[in-house]
Amino acid sequence: MDRIPILRMGGFLLVTIQVDLYDRLALTLENDLMAMVSKMEARGVLIDISAVSIVDSFMGRILGNIASMSRIMDAETVVVGMQPAVAITLVELGLTLAGVHTALNVEMGMELLRKKIGPIPDNEEDLYDDII
Amino acid sequence: MMILSKENFEIKREPDVILFRNRAKESAAKIGMSLVGQTKLITAASELVRNMLRYANGGTGIIEVVMNNNKKGIRLTFADTGPGIKDVKLALQDGFSTGKSLGLGLPGAKRLSNEFNIQSEPGKGTTVTIIRWKDGL
Repeated sequence: MDRIPILRMGGFLLVTIQVDLYDRLALTLENDLMAMVSKMEARGVLIDISAVSIVDSFMGRILGNIASMSRIMDAETVVVGMQPAVAITLVELGLTLAGVHTALNVEMGMELLRKKIGPIPDNEEDLYDDII
Repeated sequence: MMILSKENFEIKREPDVILFRNRAKESAAKIGMSLVGQTKLITAASELVRNMLRYANGGTGIIEVVMNNNKKGIRLTFADTGPGIKDVKLALQDGFSTGKSLGLGLPGAKRLSNEFNIQSEPGKGTTVTIIRWKDGL
């Protein structure tokens, strides 16, 4: 079964969506992410959608769900890299992504997460990947 | 209205949606539609294809390049033989859903299209047709 890889970076989880999502794949990502937040005690989730050419109401709902679920689990979610055409379309579709933090790119998203969470304990390896 | 080209797709499973979306996007790009126009078109398509899969177990998607008074556009048709919609007017209202969704599918797809037509008969099925013109008007 297809899966979107989730990378661990310090206390954050990083997801870069590089393929077009169909509904089942998006739901699997939602489940995997929540399992990882719990297992890794992650404090932040960064979702890069710069390669995504379409966000429809289902995908928007999944992003909103991920944000509210991780908040309940004491983690913040930032969605970054939305293409201008996707943003224009989302607003016309009627989806505001309420409750989802957004930033222009990965760098600014990381900055936002750091500000929201405070310094991350840096007692583990500097950077390593953990793909489930 | 002149039909310049026509492609039929059987849509039975979720991954079929991606192929359909990609082909619709290619056709729109080929007639010179802007990226925003293309994105609106395939987002509308995504909503309508999902409805077809969820409520009718799939159906047929048609991509056509059409021309009217020298303006070109893409016409997408979604036809299923599912249970149909009891109250089309209600289904077109924001926030109405018989499933557990946000209820933006039909009204959202309508907002993203330049022309929108829906025909539904309970027990017989639903056909939705949308057009997005190259210049977006």
